[in-house]
Amino acid sequence: MRGIFSKTEIGLLLALVVFLLSQFALPDWAIFIGTISLARGLVVLGLMILWRTGLISFGQALFFGTGGYTVGLLRINTGLSDIILLTVLAILSSGLLAYLLGLLISRYREIFFAMLCLAFSMMLYGLLVNNEKLGGTDGFNVFGLTIFGIPVQGETLQSVNFVWICVLACVLGIGVNRYLSSTMGNLSAAIRDNEIRVEYLGVSVKRTINVKFVIAGALAGAGGAVTTMAVGHVDPDAMVYWLVSGEFVFVTILAGTGNVAAPFLGSILFELLRTYAFQYLPLVWQLTMGGVLLITILFLPNGLWSLVQRTATKE
Amino acid sequence: MPAFFSTIIAIVIDGLVFASWIFIVAVGLSLIFGVMRILNVAHGSLYAFGAYVAASMVGWYFNADLPALGSLAVLLASAFIVGIPMGFLMERGLLRFMYGRDEVIMVLVTYATFLMLEDAIMLIWGTDAYFAFEPYAMLGNTEIENLVFSNYDLFLIGLAVGVAVLLWWGLNRTRIGKLLQAVIHDRELAQAFGINVTRVFTLTFILGAILGALGGAFTAPQISVTPGIGVEVIILAFAVVAIGGMGSIPGALVGAILVGVFRAAAVHLFPQVEIFIIYAVMAFVLTFCPQGLFGQVVARRI
Repeated sequence: MRGIFSKTEIGLLLALVVFLLSQFALPDWAIFIGTISLARGLVVLGLMILWRTGLISFGQALFFGTGGYTVGLLRINTGLSDIILLTVLAILSSGLLAYLLGLLISRYREIFFAMLCLAFSMMLYGLLVNNEKLGGTDGFNVFGLTIFGIPVQGETLQSVNFVWICVLACVLGIGVNRYLSSTMGNLSAAIRDNEIRVEYLGVSVKRTINVKFVIAGALAGAGGAVTTMAVGHVDPDAMVYWLVSGEFVFVTILAGTGNVAAPFLGSILFELLRTYAFQYLPLVWQLTMGGVLLITILFLPNGLWSLVQRTATKE
Repeated sequence: MPAFFSTIIAIVIDGLVFASWIFIVAVGLSLIFGVMRILNVAHGSLYAFGAYVAASMVGWYFNADLPALGSLAVLLASAFIVGIPMGFLMERGLLRFMYGRDEVIMVLVTYATFLMLEDAIMLIWGTDAYFAFEPYAMLGNTEIENLVFSNYDLFLIGLAVGVAVLLWWGLNRTRIGKLLQAVIHDRELAQAFGINVTRVFTLTFILGAILGALGGAFTAPQISVTPGIGVEVIILAFAVVAIGGMGSIPGALVGAILVGVFRAAAVHLFPQVEIFIIYAVMAFVLTFCPQGLFGQVVARRI
């Protein structure tokens, strides 16, 4: 095993086994939160790739929403209903959108990159909110899903979604890990530090960034697709609005960029924090979330993953 | 073509009213970004605080049976009551510990502040809607070419012009304004020349906060003040500032007018693209002028 998989990848595979087994022990609500966390973790994984390059997108909900609406539109307009097929198509559509926008956006840096992403995501939001056919702000329901030709709904659907997102997160996590340790992936830090020197090395910074943008977009699309299938509903406010993008950036910073496992860990913690804060501190849950973010930025500039790293080095 | 003509008038006036409203908010945001390089998401909270304080104070004012026109002064006062202490506390109590961090991190710091203030608003004022329609109603309406416009809306255009003129005068004709411009242009060099950058930062942030609260205070009579009003306005102000060029005062003015007129045109001609058009303009401008229309061009560093 050691030769084929790195330490991180073995960790991801072990986590996959644990997660799949935990399904039999966890209550329904925990399985649902698990699905949502991992799906959103995929979006954060994409943002992590960009953040390693020093770029952050304030509009990642654009691709999250594209993935969700791809699933929703295909489901109500075509006969397609397979969970896996729909996810793949969502990845392709959001990846394609990311490629096209990336041609333009990859010329931008810093806050301008973030703002342009924001502009595009709000354009989609504006179109969806005022589109009566798609239910406007209410969105529409997505149902009648199948897996390998077998119709699934209710608890079975949630279990299938959970297994699917676990497998997907593991496979994509390993894929991203491979990418980050490749030459192209390793250029992230170099581009962050000094682009012009990277150009002198004979690498096109623009193309490298566009590739990262496409990966991030496709991952967000996958997350959006699974979220939509788990929730059974798409609407612009929950999928495309800037607050959704803000949450993804929040989790990226909370998690840190140390490892591909960090986004998933951060996302699970975030969803748990939100669920509990919302349940037990309904009046001050945003206050709690904001406080956690501030404390993270102040005391853990490299995110929660730096805690894991610190313990690992002590051993 | 009278129908065509009146549509044009309606678009221009509606556009200018919207532009005035968003200009007052956006110019504070732009000023803070220009001087401090902070894209202040919490500006939306300052706007909301301004609106809530104004609504509460106007309520008291009219209950006390004082002359109605004075309510405009109450609105103005609420901007200062909110902006000065909150701006001071945010800058001195939080932001100054973050100087030197990445711009993106600064956005997140203010985003965290924004989240916290959203709850603070609900803790203070609850979730009920507040109304302060009296100043709006007392000014009456004007009829132009068979179109009825509220005088309060037209008064907002005047207010925005006043803010713009005052800012222009303050920045170009006063000592502190010139110091501010020096810091906008080159922070390090300004410091080297003995400008107290720390003090300039605090003053700028308070001024920006007052402008944010001012926008909220004068909007309160037009709307029902409810939780979440800051969320929408901050994203619009971002668009305006990005279009005009971050840190540029004339940019904020031009950006606000562009956003206002395009939005008004969409509302009157193609209502289904009302929100889309604003961000389409933003994307279009950023495509051709990455720094915005009046943005500073930064030399590349090798």
